[in-house]
Amino acid sequence: MSTAPPSRTPGATPGSHAEVTLAANMRRARRVGFATIVIRESSRIMRIWGQTLVPPVITATLYFIIFGNLIGGRIGQMGGYTYLQYIAPGLIMMSVITNSYGNVVSSFFGAKFGRHIEELLVSPLPNWLIVLGYVAGGMLRGLLVGLIVTIIALFFTHLHVEHLFVVIAAVLLTSVVFALGGFVNAVFAKNFDQITFVPTFILTPMTYLGGVFYSIQMLPEWAQAVSKANPILYMVSAFRYGFLGQSDVDVGFSFAIMTLSVVVLFAACVWLMNKGTGTRE
Amino acid sequence: MKALSLRQLCKTYNNGVQALKGIDLDVEEGDFFALLGPNGAGKSTAIGIVSSLVNKSSGTVTVFGHSIDTDLEAAKSCLGVVPQEINFNQFEKISTILLNQAGFYGIPRPVARERMEYWLNQLQLWEKRETISRSLSGGMKRRLMIARALIHEPQLLILDEPTAGVDIEVRRSMWEFLRRINEQGTTIILTTHYLEEAENLCRHIAIIDEGRIIENDRMSTVLRKLQTETFVLNLRGPLRGTLSLPGYRVTAPDETTLEVEVNKDQNLNEIFGALSAVGGEVVSMRNKANRLEELFMRLVEGRDVGSGQPTAPPTAQADA
Repeated sequence: MSTAPPSRTPGATPGSHAEVTLAANMRRARRVGFATIVIRESSRIMRIWGQTLVPPVITATLYFIIFGNLIGGRIGQMGGYTYLQYIAPGLIMMSVITNSYGNVVSSFFGAKFGRHIEELLVSPLPNWLIVLGYVAGGMLRGLLVGLIVTIIALFFTHLHVEHLFVVIAAVLLTSVVFALGGFVNAVFAKNFDQITFVPTFILTPMTYLGGVFYSIQMLPEWAQAVSKANPILYMVSAFRYGFLGQSDVDVGFSFAIMTLSVVVLFAACVWLMNKGTGTRE
Repeated sequence: MKALSLRQLCKTYNNGVQALKGIDLDVEEGDFFALLGPNGAGKSTAIGIVSSLVNKSSGTVTVFGHSIDTDLEAAKSCLGVVPQEINFNQFEKISTILLNQAGFYGIPRPVARERMEYWLNQLQLWEKRETISRSLSGGMKRRLMIARALIHEPQLLILDEPTAGVDIEVRRSMWEFLRRINEQGTTIILTTHYLEEAENLCRHIAIIDEGRIIENDRMSTVLRKLQTETFVLNLRGPLRGTLSLPGYRVTAPDETTLEVEVNKDQNLNEIFGALSAVGGEVVSMRNKANRLEELFMRLVEGRDVGSGQPTAPPTAQADA
């Protein structure tokens, strides 16, 4: 009668045929569950496209016009590239960061606020899969907006890609890191103020000071040291390295930081969900 | 097989409130079970723990033999929950809500569509399937939550005050619907403040008060414990003399209404005889309260259910 995730039946001893069949059904059920979360998240992004896709496009266009064309023309070359070519990877990365983060924090907190998160909590989906579903939704929006901003950038300048694999790996890892960050923020948030606090007072300053608009080589030594404590610097630098072949920091170290961040944040998200912080009484 | 089994279930909230103080409860497969209690008694906490929305402090919960501690996914897949508060995304269409919920339970889309059509038709919502859920009426929202809880065809359905705030017509159609799915094999646990609802639908009952189970038995057995019933008699006119009804507790809210408390070992003929003797003509008669309601009030107010001894009437018109 039911195609729902099957329960372990009394005859299903470990390793038996019944157990193997149940495990296969469970895997299939999880695949369907994960796909459902992703479809729901992508539908949400498209349903409220005026809030999710349009603002970053306008912001990025203004950045390209003002910093790239108007001011950039007076700045001259940076590292052998025009200022616009230099900041383009940073602006793309900035939109990926804010949108990956923003999607998860608003969607998950909205689900908590409207109580429809309970639809997921009562379902048999394991918590790690719920986290992955929301992260996939955040990545989807981050990458979609990143792609749109890249296309806009091409209207203003030529984008040279030095290491395509580095570009792809950096953007994927960064979107995962900030989607997970948004999830942590949403878990702890008790009101709408608390979901805007981190993006406004922490994320935006860190992004602006993370080498989006300048090379940290231009800073005094103490400021360079401070900048190196900013994880966003490593993400922007790795991404820029993929385009321009030059970076303010060691690219291998950048990927190590991004990978470590993914592991730590994912573990934290699953732990918070298992504990029921912010979701269960 | 036991559909649900709770053992020594305790819950203490962070603010120190002890909502559950070690409750034991068994619900048999196929049963229609009422879980009653006053506000704040611990019903919703117990349901919240079973459905994984509240962390328990201690104790065990098993759903169709699956422990929520060691076999949570299997336990959850046996369970459908209709909560007290609206908890679907009010910006989504009915069809989206149901298809998503089916997906969360691992049901592939084509199967989910078939089930959606079936359950929405059963609950008279099929025509509204493309409607944004926030524009539904209160009764429709309740029915949507029932359809959502049934989309994965759970073996155990828990309904937390499903008919709260809906009109009598919708309530009665919901009763019929719940009776039907119970007959088809779904075990149902119901909490409600409409005790008439519990009495009509349920075969077993547990009453929870201040975090403890104070009654747990078959409905008929529990109702037999009610030693007295109060009848309201409406008279055609005022009595011509003093009513002599020894052993009965009689009060008169007004001159054409009498309330008579009748013990199990007394009978109504005696009352009618005494009334006739003073020219009383009874034009209608009804129970003052639903029997379960009367029992419930006595239990939670701590009155002695079994004694049957009447207390002094507020208005002593009877010759006791």
